[in-house]
Amino acid sequence: MLIKITKPSDLGERDVTPESVYLSRRRFMGGLAGIGAGLALGGRAQAAAPDYADVPAGDPPDWLAPKLAEAEPRVVAPTDPELDKLTPFDDASNYNNFYEFGTGKSDPARRADRLETQPWSVVIDGEVDNGGRFALEDIVTPSRVEERIYRLRCVEAWSMVIPWLGISLKDVIERAKPTSKAKYVRFETLVRPEQMPGQDSSFALIDWPYVEGLRLDEAMHPLAILAVGMYGRELPNQNGAPFRLVVPWKYGFKSIKSIVRISLVEQPPVNSWQAIAPNEYGFYANVNPNVDHPRWSQATERRLPNSLFSPNIIDTRMFNGYEDEVGSLYAGMDLGKQY
Amino acid sequence: MAEAPRTQDSTVKDPTTKDSSRKPPSAKRSRAKRQPRLILWRLLVFCVALTPLAYWATQVALGNGGPEPGRYLLLNIGQATLWMLFATLSLTPLTKLTRWKGFALIRRQLGLWTLAYAVAHLLCYVLFILGLDLSRLGSEIVRRPYIIVGMLALLGLVVMGVTSNQRSMRKLGKRWKTLHKLVYAVLALGLLHFFWVVRADMEQWSLYAATGAFLMLLRLPPVARRLPSIRQRAGRQRQRAA
Repeated sequence: MLIKITKPSDLGERDVTPESVYLSRRRFMGGLAGIGAGLALGGRAQAAAPDYADVPAGDPPDWLAPKLAEAEPRVVAPTDPELDKLTPFDDASNYNNFYEFGTGKSDPARRADRLETQPWSVVIDGEVDNGGRFALEDIVTPSRVEERIYRLRCVEAWSMVIPWLGISLKDVIERAKPTSKAKYVRFETLVRPEQMPGQDSSFALIDWPYVEGLRLDEAMHPLAILAVGMYGRELPNQNGAPFRLVVPWKYGFKSIKSIVRISLVEQPPVNSWQAIAPNEYGFYANVNPNVDHPRWSQATERRLPNSLFSPNIIDTRMFNGYEDEVGSLYAGMDLGKQY
Repeated sequence: MAEAPRTQDSTVKDPTTKDSSRKPPSAKRSRAKRQPRLILWRLLVFCVALTPLAYWATQVALGNGGPEPGRYLLLNIGQATLWMLFATLSLTPLTKLTRWKGFALIRRQLGLWTLAYAVAHLLCYVLFILGLDLSRLGSEIVRRPYIIVGMLALLGLVVMGVTSNQRSMRKLGKRWKTLHKLVYAVLALGLLHFFWVVRADMEQWSLYAATGAFLMLLRLPPVARRLPSIRQRAGRQRQRAA
């Protein structure tokens, strides 16, 4: 049997900055050159600020506030800002799937304020040399917080464009020092029924905690981030505070919220939706317009917000438009079978 | 729409009801008979049935329908279709229980409201989810079991709707009642359609299914026979108390 052992030196191609990242940086710097390169640093911080003038100020913990303020703006941004306009904060924070707070889209915004997110700790365990329970502060502060404006494509065929603030997932995994047995990363959401009423429902089909997983090379991809904020502030509870995954080339349910445990494992974890309905939701859940959900087509999506007579239906792109960056991860795979 | 107007006749004959036909004959009587009975009651039912639709439409117009107002309408109207169906199916048991002819008088209206909400639900799907892409409607109907089931339920409602007039009742005679037993199939299909939509939490669906099951339970002959006696017993108790 051929056993593939991933060494840090194997990363190679995946470590290369994706083209869109590179291009957006270059375009950004080009724009600044017009104003005057000397103002670059100060100008950048100001460039991000006015976008979020309408966003209600948050109340981040003391350690997080400076990290958010110092975040590098627009490290990844859409190549076509006209097509991929930012979704208003109000919509992104009031239209959520977070079944821990109920199955209605407005349930999380209504009920999530009772979730206590401070203090927060995360267990990192499994096939790692440097595991343990860490305060969130100790996981986030060693990394640089970056702003990444990503498309978010929900498996339900709607989509948004959200400016996340987060750290590289790769950083966190590398610091944990995965052993050679580590092949997958398993994530777990908090279980706290007294603050998460959806977990209290006796009719819930999800076997809490909510679980998600990535192949190790997917997790090490530079586009995969662990978000601590959005729209220039910390995450609202309903968006997965205080610490969530964002993998923009996969359907939204992969981007697990309110993470309390990250485990490096040898076997592919069974993610919650796959456990409920394996014919509808797979392990990979890559955005793919050619593979329908059994109940609806994935060829198009409704970009939100929309209105009654302008449903804003656009074509869904392979890997949610990140094919150039992530396509090579799936070379040779039958994506119709491994959906 | 649900069943033949047989129960209506029996209520009229009941001596306890204050029906105009029981009053002594007078010159006014023939004119009164031609006018629709209990017009205010029927108007009230009309307004109540229209309220949910008007409310959600207003919410969307005010911008309170969220970032996806089409889906907001689609889901709410879909559920309201089941409310209307439940209301329609509760009329026969209510008539048996109370012998008030007002319930029988709104049966057709509520049946047609069920059809109206179902059509509105489909329109929301076609307009706001498919973006009026009719070719996609065709392919979706063929491919998605839950859409097929929903369309079958709608088809049943349409068949009952177009045969809900007096002329069809006369023309179909005894077969009319058999045909309108379709409503039970529509109930089952509607609940199945809803079942396929919910995935992670069955609480809401369970409430709908329980309501549907309860209404069917009231139709089981042993239960249905006892409904009038519940009323009689209550009447006797009132008499004793007096």
